[in-house]
Amino acid sequence: MAARIGVVTFPGSLDDRDARRAVAAAGAEPVALWHDTPSLSGVDAVVLPGGFSYGDYLRCGAIARFSPVMESVIDAAHGGMPVLGICNGFQILCESHLLPGALIRNDVRRFVCRDQWLRVENDRTAWTCHYEAGDEILVPLKNGEGGYVADERTLDMLESEGRVVARYLHDNPNGSYRDIAGITNDTGNVVGLMPHPEHAVEPLTGPSTDGLGFFTSALAALVRG
Amino acid sequence: MTVDTVKNAETTPDAAQPHAELGLRDDEYARIREILGRRPTSSELAMYSVMWSEHCSYKSSKVHLRQFGDKQAPSAADVLLVGIGENAGVVDVGNGLAVTFKIESHNHPSYVEPHQGAATGVGGIVRDILSMGARPVAVMDPLRFGAADAPDTRRVLPGVVAGIGSYGNCLGLPNIGGEVVFDPTYLGNPLVNALCVGVVPHDKIQTAHASGVGNLVVLFGAKTGGDGIGGVSVLASETFDTTGTSKRPSVQVGDPFAEKVLIEACQELFDGGLVVGIQDLGGAGISCATSELASNGDGGMHVWLDRVPLRDSTLAPEEILMSESQERMCAVVEPEQLDAFMVVCRKWDVEAVVIGEVTATSRLTVEWHGEQIVDVPPRTVAHEGPVYERPYARPAGQDAVQADGSARLERPTTPEQLRATVLRMVASPNLASKAWVTDQYDRYVLGNTVLAQPEDSGVVRIDEDSGLGVAVSTDGNGRWSMLDPYEGARLALAEAYRNVATTGAKPLAVTNCLNFGSPEDPSVMWQFAESVRGLADACVELDVPVTGGNVSFYNQTGDAAILPTPVVGVLGVIDDVERRTPMAFGLEGESILLLGGTHDELDGSEWAHVVHGHLGGRPPAVDLALERKLAEILVAGSRDGMLSAAHDVSSGGLVQSLVEMALRGGVGARVFLPDGVDPFVALFSESAGRVVAVVPRSEEVRFRDMCTARHVPLTRIGVVGTAGPTARLEVQGQFELPLQELRRASEATLPALFD
Repeated sequence: MAARIGVVTFPGSLDDRDARRAVAAAGAEPVALWHDTPSLSGVDAVVLPGGFSYGDYLRCGAIARFSPVMESVIDAAHGGMPVLGICNGFQILCESHLLPGALIRNDVRRFVCRDQWLRVENDRTAWTCHYEAGDEILVPLKNGEGGYVADERTLDMLESEGRVVARYLHDNPNGSYRDIAGITNDTGNVVGLMPHPEHAVEPLTGPSTDGLGFFTSALAALVRG
Repeated sequence: MTVDTVKNAETTPDAAQPHAELGLRDDEYARIREILGRRPTSSELAMYSVMWSEHCSYKSSKVHLRQFGDKQAPSAADVLLVGIGENAGVVDVGNGLAVTFKIESHNHPSYVEPHQGAATGVGGIVRDILSMGARPVAVMDPLRFGAADAPDTRRVLPGVVAGIGSYGNCLGLPNIGGEVVFDPTYLGNPLVNALCVGVVPHDKIQTAHASGVGNLVVLFGAKTGGDGIGGVSVLASETFDTTGTSKRPSVQVGDPFAEKVLIEACQELFDGGLVVGIQDLGGAGISCATSELASNGDGGMHVWLDRVPLRDSTLAPEEILMSESQERMCAVVEPEQLDAFMVVCRKWDVEAVVIGEVTATSRLTVEWHGEQIVDVPPRTVAHEGPVYERPYARPAGQDAVQADGSARLERPTTPEQLRATVLRMVASPNLASKAWVTDQYDRYVLGNTVLAQPEDSGVVRIDEDSGLGVAVSTDGNGRWSMLDPYEGARLALAEAYRNVATTGAKPLAVTNCLNFGSPEDPSVMWQFAESVRGLADACVELDVPVTGGNVSFYNQTGDAAILPTPVVGVLGVIDDVERRTPMAFGLEGESILLLGGTHDELDGSEWAHVVHGHLGGRPPAVDLALERKLAEILVAGSRDGMLSAAHDVSSGGLVQSLVEMALRGGVGARVFLPDGVDPFVALFSESAGRVVAVVPRSEEVRFRDMCTARHVPLTRIGVVGTAGPTARLEVQGQFELPLQELRRASEATLPALFD
């Protein structure tokens, strides 16, 4: 039976359909999860998609963190379930304290949408095990509040523990400290990523198919257990 | 608070009323009194004032717009499922699917408050598409600003772009194209047009009608506030004076999150078959929604206005009727389906309240805390407003403008001069890269964007199983319309049509946004009349029916009108988006062909504008029969795999097209100009009906035969070159330009102006 990967829809989620498409393209069964329902429907992994959950009125991800579904996601993540947060999902993971640091307004003070080169730094997480460290991949980036920040001690810890998952190459688009595009938790099952791998799974609609590896990685990680 | 009731109006016939302040003329006010047989109540006066505004009633344009219905394209009966008059036209694209698309202007609000004005422009057009039962799938924004280096453009442009971006990005709609054009005439009156495309299965198409006596009228979405009062009348239907920003309270304030959940709630309501009729609330707010629903339906409606949820409890009934608060919709619902309707709204946290019911009275009546404040025949509000035959006359100076051609302007002749001119043109604001703008828009969301700006048209997949897609392009050249509005409109259509075909889609239907100065100026009215006549004629000749459109008048500063700017949108269908034709040069050695003929046509050109600041003469000739054949070739070439790339030739001429194709893919080209042709004319002329096509060597004979059979001129002008750091555009015997140098020229301009 195919692995089942849940994609949460919050009011204001935008890339939830895209994330489900990417999950299907990777060979897993996408399962739609609803913000207001605590049940995870027995899924094996969860994607928190991009968007503007609850309008992001207070702070990006700050309200979503308290949604009924997130209580279950947080519990499951602590139990080792693979969880990937993309863009707004990354912000939610930081607000939930599943990942350290925070995401603030881009240093250019504008929304940025462009094709972005990344270097995969960590190929041991549940979401990157199909890459090799050092791989350079091209995926869309689109955010207004994508600047990753944390205190020096946290940044040093992330670096020393190899928890930087991906870094921006060539030109840092949003002022993220140390060019960080994505990080993972200390057990490697929770990954937050600012760029959008779900928009790079089809040559027709994306700049590459480089993003597919995040989703096939999760399948492999689940099989491996 | 004393409320002016119908009873009160009957007993105080001579009470003074502020009709002039609300934008109504004396004779219009007199006609309202005649219709009602008494003076209107203040609420009735408010309703008539907004609904009879130029923006809502089309009172100056109606007599001309009839041509779009009278001169119907032959394919109209096959293609149009819903025609002119509804919120947006609906076009059959096959597979049981239909597409609806429309452009609207939000010009004046965007000058007064650029961010909110532009944001709510997106919101408004999206609700128009939503009200047809469709799921919105893409947006585009044709924009016009004053001179790029003018101080006020630095205020307006960044605000407009951020407003469009913040609203559209939060709705999760890819922005797939549009235009950014600079001209000094738009300085005090920028044009912010917004286009939305939506997809709807044939059996889910909705219309705005209130039918079925006893059915309920439900207002849902955001609460009503005091924003945007008089937006359509005070703001959109008058000429700006120098105190423009004092009208800021007439601009609405948008909340894209509220609209996003409204979109999702509406999809579930449509899927569940829970609405009888639906209307968005935009210009003229509740006045418009209730009167149009009633007028299109059985004719009677009763509204309990005090049930409207308010953001500001002190609002008077007149203000509630006129408010243009955003993110609201109005649905007609059968009583037995109300519970299911409310369940959907609760799921998405959308507030919904029954504010009225359909009646058999043929009257629109509004009640406020038990007292009658409106009692009118709805058709007189919504559809039987004033109609004016405004006087129009060819301007006295038009002959002199047309006589002042560009032939007298000094032209570059040496290779060095030509090279320098190319670089100057590439860096000029109208031709330079628009990435600074479009990189603020999400073009990826929904995962179906196949082509987006700067491609010739935006292409989105609408059926993932079959690969069915639609292409949309908008075009309009105000300078050409200034020189000859009839030909200018035809050229605008020809270019949008050509752009759609260039990407491999078959052009199907047309929408438009007609931006002009004051209709009270006979010269402007002549420009308008000529533009409509030209566009209507051209739509018949190209066999693309008009699905609807929008007119924006009073685009002027004092007595100075903007360039007449008909923006024309063309929608096309492509059976399999895998077959779309991109614009970038790809494989080295492939042949570069120029389709169409080049003539000495530089009047009104980008070159004359940039190098000489000159506008005079006559626009390029347009041959619509040739455009049709060209489109057939481009569509067949895409379908049969004969085309690697294609790009239309327009502003800046052939060399600009070649530069854009080279920069898009980072691949150079070697170009040879035909013998006996003046190199300057070959490179910079803006003759219409031309496309640069790239064809694999193996397909060249077949492609050439196809062009010959259709009598479309074809010239082999070069071969695709190499990629990498040494890539260059070489015009043999003239000059070479490294792509790196071209890229710097193209990409530095907008950041230098607006960062």
